[in-house]
Amino acid sequence: MELSYYPGCTLKANAKNFETSALAILQHLDVTVKELEDWYCCGVCFSQTQDNLMQQIAPVRTLVKAKESNRRQLLALCTMCFNTLKRAIEFIKNDKEKRDTIHQFMDREDTKFYGDEVEVIDILTLIRQIGLDKLKAAIVKKAVDLKVASYYGCMLLRPQEIAIDSPDDPVIMEEIITHAGCENVYFPFRTECCGSYQIVSEPEIVRERARKIVGSAVKNGADLMVMLCPLCYYNLDEVQRDIQEEDATFQPLPVLYFTQLLALLMGLKPDLQDFRLHAIDPRPVLKRKGLL
Amino acid sequence: MKRVGVFVCHCGINIASTVDVSRVVEDLHDYPGIAYIQDYKYMCSDPGQNLLKEAIKSEKLDAVVIAACSPTLHENTFRLAVQTVGMNPYNCEIANIREQCSWVHKDRTVATEKAKRIIRAVVEKALLDESLEPIKVPVVRKAVVLGGGIAGIQAALNIANSDYEVILVEKQSSIGGRMAQLSETFPTLDCSQCILTPKMVDVAQHPKIRLLTYAELADVSGFVGNFKVKIRQKARYVDWDKCTGCGLCIEKCPQKVASEFDQGLGKRKAIFTPFAQAVPNKPVIDCDNCTYFKTGKCRVCEKLCPFEAINFVETDTYIEEEVGAIVVATGYDVYPVLNMGEYGSGKIPDVVDGLTFERLLSSSGPTGGEVRRPSDGKIPKEIVFIKCVGSRDPEHHFPYCSKICCMYTTKHAMLYKHRVPDGQPYIFYMDVRAGGKGYEEFYQRAQDEDKVLFLRGKVSKLYQDDDKVVVCGIDTLSGSNVEIRADLVVLAMAIRPSKGIEELAKLLKISIDQNGFLTEAHPKLRPVESLSAGIYLAGCAQAPKDIPDTVAQATATAAMVANLFAKEYLLHDPIITGVDEELCSGCGLCVAVCPYDARKTNREKGLVEVNEVLCEACGACAAACPSGAAQQRNFTDEQLNRMVRAILTT
Repeated sequence: MELSYYPGCTLKANAKNFETSALAILQHLDVTVKELEDWYCCGVCFSQTQDNLMQQIAPVRTLVKAKESNRRQLLALCTMCFNTLKRAIEFIKNDKEKRDTIHQFMDREDTKFYGDEVEVIDILTLIRQIGLDKLKAAIVKKAVDLKVASYYGCMLLRPQEIAIDSPDDPVIMEEIITHAGCENVYFPFRTECCGSYQIVSEPEIVRERARKIVGSAVKNGADLMVMLCPLCYYNLDEVQRDIQEEDATFQPLPVLYFTQLLALLMGLKPDLQDFRLHAIDPRPVLKRKGLL
Repeated sequence: MKRVGVFVCHCGINIASTVDVSRVVEDLHDYPGIAYIQDYKYMCSDPGQNLLKEAIKSEKLDAVVIAACSPTLHENTFRLAVQTVGMNPYNCEIANIREQCSWVHKDRTVATEKAKRIIRAVVEKALLDESLEPIKVPVVRKAVVLGGGIAGIQAALNIANSDYEVILVEKQSSIGGRMAQLSETFPTLDCSQCILTPKMVDVAQHPKIRLLTYAELADVSGFVGNFKVKIRQKARYVDWDKCTGCGLCIEKCPQKVASEFDQGLGKRKAIFTPFAQAVPNKPVIDCDNCTYFKTGKCRVCEKLCPFEAINFVETDTYIEEEVGAIVVATGYDVYPVLNMGEYGSGKIPDVVDGLTFERLLSSSGPTGGEVRRPSDGKIPKEIVFIKCVGSRDPEHHFPYCSKICCMYTTKHAMLYKHRVPDGQPYIFYMDVRAGGKGYEEFYQRAQDEDKVLFLRGKVSKLYQDDDKVVVCGIDTLSGSNVEIRADLVVLAMAIRPSKGIEELAKLLKISIDQNGFLTEAHPKLRPVESLSAGIYLAGCAQAPKDIPDTVAQATATAAMVANLFAKEYLLHDPIITGVDEELCSGCGLCVAVCPYDARKTNREKGLVEVNEVLCEACGACAAACPSGAAQQRNFTDEQLNRMVRAILTT
């Protein structure tokens, strides 16, 4: 299995743990990913504003590159990139007029993109395609009674047209966790928005959200929380430190990228992960549960 | 040659403002074939019709052409008029110069020329029209009613009370349907069973009604007045002729199963009647759950039955009947909570649908009418009702309004308050639709007397937190988010047509609409007929509706059936496509294109034969026939050719 890979900016900066662990488990599962040459920012939230076509150029250019790579699938690890690219495909496929305008603007590109040539895929769907049995076979470590809270956030589930699972009651993360030999903790805020970019101007919104989301997972007995979005990760990991400062009774919960946990369970070298990057140190829990 | 009279209508200014009527009359005066021509302001009015009748007599006309509006409007009017002066109605033709001319054109010269050509063409047709007599079809004066809920019961009783025989087919072992599951009914709060069970008994005792329960329609053929139905009697494994309904077998059966009638809240046995007041009150064995069928051991019921009524080797049987009319009253199902991810996908035990709550309120229900929540049997002190769940949500579920939820939810909150006076009911709503006699007053009463709190807004999420269900919603009137820690949540789930409606519709060759409900022939003027003659609709199979509306519709359905049966013969339009035996080679091309199964190849004679009653005169066969043997009456090739020629000639 071979597919193109789009890392996005954050995975090369703040979310290095995500990239190293994800690439390691994919290699372990015999999947070859080829990083796109000369890629640039996906466009992030800018391209999601409705009326400015200019801002769709970035994701469309990326999709053109993916098409030129002649590989059908394009893996986007960062869920924000996934969301942006996937929505760009929807818009290219469904709005002929705007597509024509973009094509006219992009007159230096030799390749035109029409929407169906590239499939943007997230790592959860990819793991499902690789096969849950194959995943199960790759798990070598047995976590001791590890209760995992899977947090989806918004980007994989909304809007409905690009959702990888039921937007209201998804199961895909829990399904993989089960196959990896851990116990799932259901908590009602697993699809709740983390507060996103409000962290920049209205951080108290994010603090209130983080308190609610983390508190609910802790209440339901979680030992740690896993997720796939670098922004959610920041809002739920870093912000816990702020909450701790103002509230000594707050019970923190270590946060890991989904792929970090899988890499540990597969027995891949722990040193490929830099646990110093975590605001809430996950090492005590991981040691207690036999993963370190 | 036939003497044809032409009557050109002004239709007030509808025609006359665009078509120069006097010019039409003047120009066509000498057209060969027109013996008489006249115009009048309103041909359909009484003086207009009299003028027509007088002219037929005085001018000795053999055929008339009325140049006026569409034949769908007044063809029948004029045909009845000419009949009164002895003309065969099939010699009366309509030339449509309104919908197909004056209304769609602006240029008076062009429209006038077109009107003339339309009239000329119809005159050519009228010259060759034959006098025809309607085809008489005998009627079997017996009806089959499919579905034994309140709609089917009401329809069956009304038809039977008109002295016609009825077969009532119900797929459960007892009639009663959804209404039997309900507690009290809005807006009068009379007990559902109290008003329903006497009707159920009436059905069972009525000499004109044959009740077939635990049965379903297997096949149907034929046409209005002459259907042949095949009904599958499912194996009951209990000989009902021997069974007295003593109930000993039910008492002793060791196998408990979740009761469908109690919405899974209570238990029933593997040999069971759905509820205590069942009609007929005789049990069936649920072979999927019976210990003997599953393991080959047990047979307790057989050993204990004093009447040797248990028969484990019984098989499905088939009953064939001839009927003149079919009533479809197959009712509804509740859209499963499973489909609502935001409301817990059915995984939260204290989130139930409205029908389940009916069982909690019902004095014959699993809690004896005490409101106790499913998880731990506690009496809920804070209860939240959510309306429009799945309904009015075109993006995710269904676009339509389920119609009954506003009223039953109000009733639920009210009955809850009567049972739990210190409890607080909340209702989240999008709109309150209380149209109906006494409904608005009922809704006001819930607010004023029972202190039900209505919150206008949707609920975005429900989740279990300790032993509470947290309801996250919005009150759009105050603009604030609302969070209620409820003990029980009741969802007013959308109404769906009952399972199997698609197969049934296919079997009956009737259509279903975009939402899966059966389609009526006309949304306003023919609300109880299907588009297939002789098949009628009643109750929620056609659209969501409450008990008063269902009973009214079922009564109307029975009136339509009685109307049909009152006639000695049914008259079928004689405009059909026959076979010229001289020309037919029996190639069968017409048989293949006939959508009504009206044509059959007779191999022995090497000919095609036509069932005139089934023919709907679509003309597909006439177009397909290579030899001209299939000619539609009064639309022959010769007539059509002449019409085309008349239109093309300047």
